[in-house]
Amino acid sequence: MWLFYIEQLLGSLPFFLKGLWMTIAVSGLSLLAGTLVGFLWGILRASRSRLLKPLIGAWVDLVRGTPFLVQVFIIFFILPEFGIHLEAFAAAVIALTNLAACFICEIVAAGIESVPPGQREAAASTGLSGLQQLRYVILPQALRVSLPPLVGQYVLLIKDSSVVSAIGVVDVTRVGWLTVQRVPQGLLVFGLVALLYFIICYPLIRLSNRLENRMSAGYTRSRD
Amino acid sequence: MLETFNFRVILEYMPLFLRCFWATLWLSGAGLLGALVVGTLACGMRIGRFTLLSWAAGAYIESIRSTPLLVQLFFFYFGLPSLGIRMSEAATGILALTLNSGAYMAEIIRAGIQSIPHGQVEAAVSSGLNYLQRMRHIILPQAIGVTLPPLLGQAIVLVKDSALLSLISLPELTRAGQIMTSERFMPAEGFLTSALFYLLIYYSLKALTHWSQKRLIYMQT
Repeated sequence: MWLFYIEQLLGSLPFFLKGLWMTIAVSGLSLLAGTLVGFLWGILRASRSRLLKPLIGAWVDLVRGTPFLVQVFIIFFILPEFGIHLEAFAAAVIALTNLAACFICEIVAAGIESVPPGQREAAASTGLSGLQQLRYVILPQALRVSLPPLVGQYVLLIKDSSVVSAIGVVDVTRVGWLTVQRVPQGLLVFGLVALLYFIICYPLIRLSNRLENRMSAGYTRSRD
Repeated sequence: MLETFNFRVILEYMPLFLRCFWATLWLSGAGLLGALVVGTLACGMRIGRFTLLSWAAGAYIESIRSTPLLVQLFFFYFGLPSLGIRMSEAATGILALTLNSGAYMAEIIRAGIQSIPHGQVEAAVSSGLNYLQRMRHIILPQAIGVTLPPLLGQAIVLVKDSALLSLISLPELTRAGQIMTSERFMPAEGFLTSALFYLLIYYSLKALTHWSQKRLIYMQT
């Protein structure tokens, strides 16, 4: 009996790979856009702007305080009422990009704030402009602190992308859900789905851990 | 659309939302409690001396952290019946939340314990404290200070994660929004009300985190 189901599952493997491709497309696009927006917001958030700083902070709080599923539903169901008609794929990418930007913004801002203020002062006194200070002095040092949590955040976001299956994006989670209606072996079907996520996420988690060890090498604090 | 935003219907559905708010609270509360137990156990096994147990705990933690909660939830929801195990939706949901958060809890607790310098333990041993006294007076007071803020952070994540239980038709906050959408086709009113209730929980837990951080750093100095 089990063999029969495994055979059936292997038969629908192309379907799963198509779903996997959709998962990679949604999370890849969103991570790319989210990183760009997140860096911009993070730099503004760590700046001295009186208007933008609290504004971004409030938005990040709203996004971090509500479940991603609710955000996806809000974008998918409510934007059409403003006359913006979105396909499920576009709504998913917008929702995930926004989520990514909010988390990455926090990481980048924390990284920038970890750079001692003397560095900026020294850069300013050697005559670098604001943009040059950021480009040559602040960001390279901030990145060292930000990179490990950034990769860790990517893993969380790839996993969060499974939620967009709820609005009908046929990603690998949705493929599992559709398959389980036909092959009533939940353990096998979702075991396979989990395996596919594992193949993407586990190497990234290892990478994040290794980066953390490497990046903190210069800052070794003695244990006792 | 905003001129047609219907507060009257929200009031009409308020009893449903309050019931679902309560459901979200107790589902995530139960998950949190379970996760603390599972997390402590997994952490104990992970840093313990038995290689086999340590390896098993490591495999559990890594496989949970590398797969989405939604897939884990479906794994139990569709998978357990095919093994002949019948559970209610609520039990399945709590099981998934518990096992998922337990893995993260284990890592948080491990970081807390390992943040205590070994010299502290040695000093305690040499001043003649026994194991329980060491735990009570030296290790735990310091470990809790380090552990509590990320623990509360995980509680926030857990509350938000409980929204996924709506996808196995458990009546909780997100489900209430879905019900309002399908009965009256008012997604704006429904989901924004759900979001508001989640924000209520989020800001309370966040305030608690700030308070505990201030309080515990004060205690340490």
